[in-house]
Amino acid sequence: MVKDKCILKMEGISKSFPGVKALNNVQFALEAGEVHVLMGENGAGKSTLMKVLAGIYTKDEGSIDLKGREVDFHHPSDSIHAGISMIHQELMPIPHLAVAENIYLGREPLTFVGTVDRKKLESWTTSLFEKLRIEINPWSLMNDLSVAEMQMVEIAKATSWDSDIIIMDEPTSAITEQEVDNLFRIIRQLKAEGTGIIYISHKMDEIFEIGDRITVFRDGEYVDTCRIEGLERSRLISLMVGREIKDIFPKTDCPIGETILKVDEISLPDVFENLSFELKKGEILGISGLMGAGRTELVETLFGIRKKSRGTIFKEGKEIRIEKPSDAIENGLAIVSEDRKEVGLVLKMSVGRNLTLTTLKDYALFGQIMQERSESKSIQEQIEKLIIKTAGDGQLVSTLSGGNQQKVVIGKWLLNNPDILIMDEPTRGIDVAAKAEIHKLICRLACQGKGIILISSELPEIIGMCDRVLVMHEGRITGELDRKDFTQECIMHMATGQCLEE
Amino acid sequence: MNLSTIIGKTSKFGIYIAFVLLCVVLAILSPYFFTVKNIINVLNQVSIIGIIAIGATIVLISGGLDLSPGAVVAVAGVMAAHFGHPGEYPLIVPVLVALVTGLVFGMANGVLTAYGKIPPFIVTLGTMTIGRGLALLACDGMQVIDLSDEYISLANSEFLGIPILIVLFALMFAVFQFILTKMRFGRHIYAVGGNETASHVSGLNVNRIKVIVYMLAGALAGFGGLLLSSRTVVGSPIAGQGYELDAIAAAVIGGTSTTGGMGKLTGTIIGALMIQVISNGLDMINVPSYWQQIVKGSIIILAVYIDMRSRNKGNN
Repeated sequence: MVKDKCILKMEGISKSFPGVKALNNVQFALEAGEVHVLMGENGAGKSTLMKVLAGIYTKDEGSIDLKGREVDFHHPSDSIHAGISMIHQELMPIPHLAVAENIYLGREPLTFVGTVDRKKLESWTTSLFEKLRIEINPWSLMNDLSVAEMQMVEIAKATSWDSDIIIMDEPTSAITEQEVDNLFRIIRQLKAEGTGIIYISHKMDEIFEIGDRITVFRDGEYVDTCRIEGLERSRLISLMVGREIKDIFPKTDCPIGETILKVDEISLPDVFENLSFELKKGEILGISGLMGAGRTELVETLFGIRKKSRGTIFKEGKEIRIEKPSDAIENGLAIVSEDRKEVGLVLKMSVGRNLTLTTLKDYALFGQIMQERSESKSIQEQIEKLIIKTAGDGQLVSTLSGGNQQKVVIGKWLLNNPDILIMDEPTRGIDVAAKAEIHKLICRLACQGKGIILISSELPEIIGMCDRVLVMHEGRITGELDRKDFTQECIMHMATGQCLEE
Repeated sequence: MNLSTIIGKTSKFGIYIAFVLLCVVLAILSPYFFTVKNIINVLNQVSIIGIIAIGATIVLISGGLDLSPGAVVAVAGVMAAHFGHPGEYPLIVPVLVALVTGLVFGMANGVLTAYGKIPPFIVTLGTMTIGRGLALLACDGMQVIDLSDEYISLANSEFLGIPILIVLFALMFAVFQFILTKMRFGRHIYAVGGNETASHVSGLNVNRIKVIVYMLAGALAGFGGLLLSSRTVVGSPIAGQGYELDAIAAAVIGGTSTTGGMGKLTGTIIGALMIQVISNGLDMINVPSYWQQIVKGSIIILAVYIDMRSRNKGNN
């Protein structure tokens, strides 16, 4: 490789959808053996550009130069055969097929009679997994894997094509820290072999750890490309949002009041047993831990989504019964769930309809007949208050960006004026600007005297936002820290089960 | 405004435009098509299937599926006819019998799908088969005849010069349109069909909503059975064959999503009319009835295909 190291050059790419110009004359170039980070807020056009490159969308204008040849993809297989593979953000497993069958789908090795050669399929998969240091049985059904394991299979699948270019769209959104380390090791290995990697992520720490160069998009336009070495974080953020964001974690100190919620020896069979904790008015209580530690299950049980086998819950000293979500809502609880698309929103409904879903009764005459004027007034107020970017309350919520979708979920619960707000990964997959806004909102709510439970896998978020943190490991609370004692190391140790408490 | 935005804007009304075009073509081919008499005839014929299709629509919007209404039409018709002989019971008795029959079937469908977690396809396939058996059992396989004049006039009289069936159909449409668009319960139907988990977490009683939806659909089918037995002057155990599929077809042609959460009653009405107009129009231009089925089937597929394409365009 004496001459041009550049293996991919996209120039003047434009792509429109009815009513939206998703990409406007953007450019992107990738060298062999580099990790090129693509960054921008949600809706900036990163995913659209990658889908053009992967042959899922067809570009309107512009040229794609792949290793010196002009190419034009019309179908995902065009792109795969040209040496480009993609790890999609949304996993697409075929649940009732085995891991090995998923990886080599459509290119299974055959025996001379034309049936699938299971031995060869297994040996291919085994050697692939050995190379990547993945420990998953090739014959496990995809259905039986955890989300993190599926993500690893997806990564293995992308590398199995021996592609020149691998696109990774938020590959770490569902995996544990150890697996992230393993992924980075794989990426370095691929780099050394001359593979070019396009890496999309919102996580700053990752970008600085693994990236060589970064290209920033904003509102469908190209902003800049620079080397990551020596790049200031604040400069990167301002490139992305087009303005300075002083603080992603605008923690303000609010007076912390009396206990608002007391959970006593709550149990969920096979997940956790006899967990107890308290939450105070105005307090932001963090729950930290690795995936599978039982954090989400704990709050879902608290909210009545899962059935507890025992345990009592007290609100302001009085015992309350929560058997199902509507009980929790009546008692002034609200939950912003981890999975906004499956649990938080009804994607087929409009922004407005989603916002009033839990509070419909407030706008119904005789409990049934909708008073649309007062309803739409509340909706408008909520859209303005939370700065939800939407064309109108009739817009389908599925067409909003992730950050704005999350604001709709939060807005829905705030209309019910809850005393206790559970937030499960409220900023996952959301761009920095929206993140900062949501953090500000959480602080404001705490200052109004609400009790807030914040689950997050991002330690900086826990450390930056919480007054107190509970650390969970395998269904147990392994530690509790006050704000003054927070350190990343300390929380990590507790989360991995190595109790540091004296 | 370029071509693609025009298509994007009009695709919402695709089914209406197609319906108008169809009528224009038929009017050109047959001078009789656009007479008042024929229009009344078409509306009269569509009414019963239309009433049942309203039920099919709300079930589909709620994320369910109901294959039983055809059988319910038969059971309700036979049961009501038993109480409809001259000089035995007041008219209200057979009416209530038909409605209660429908409600019972609806309740069974709802409880088994919602609380029993059995897929609605299976549950309603079962209740459909049971219903057909019950209909035969209830009359020992013989048609129930000798109905009172009041009973017969239920579906064969006029109200202000308009055939009563059309009036009843319009009334049912108005009631359910109000439920779907103006009532809290209507919102619940859309929410549950759009995302059951999210609805549950938002505090909705998902199971109860489902049961009520199936019961309403059952009542509509029972009512349809009553009207059909009145119109045909006989309670027949084989009445309503294939009505469930026509009802689903009407809803789906009218843009109701088979995966739940989306659909409009106005679309269903047009869908039902479309099916009726096709057979009426083809009759009129002397297309043999064998061909009519083939045309009908093709139009169902085509309508849904066009609808899905326009939807996908809108989503991107």
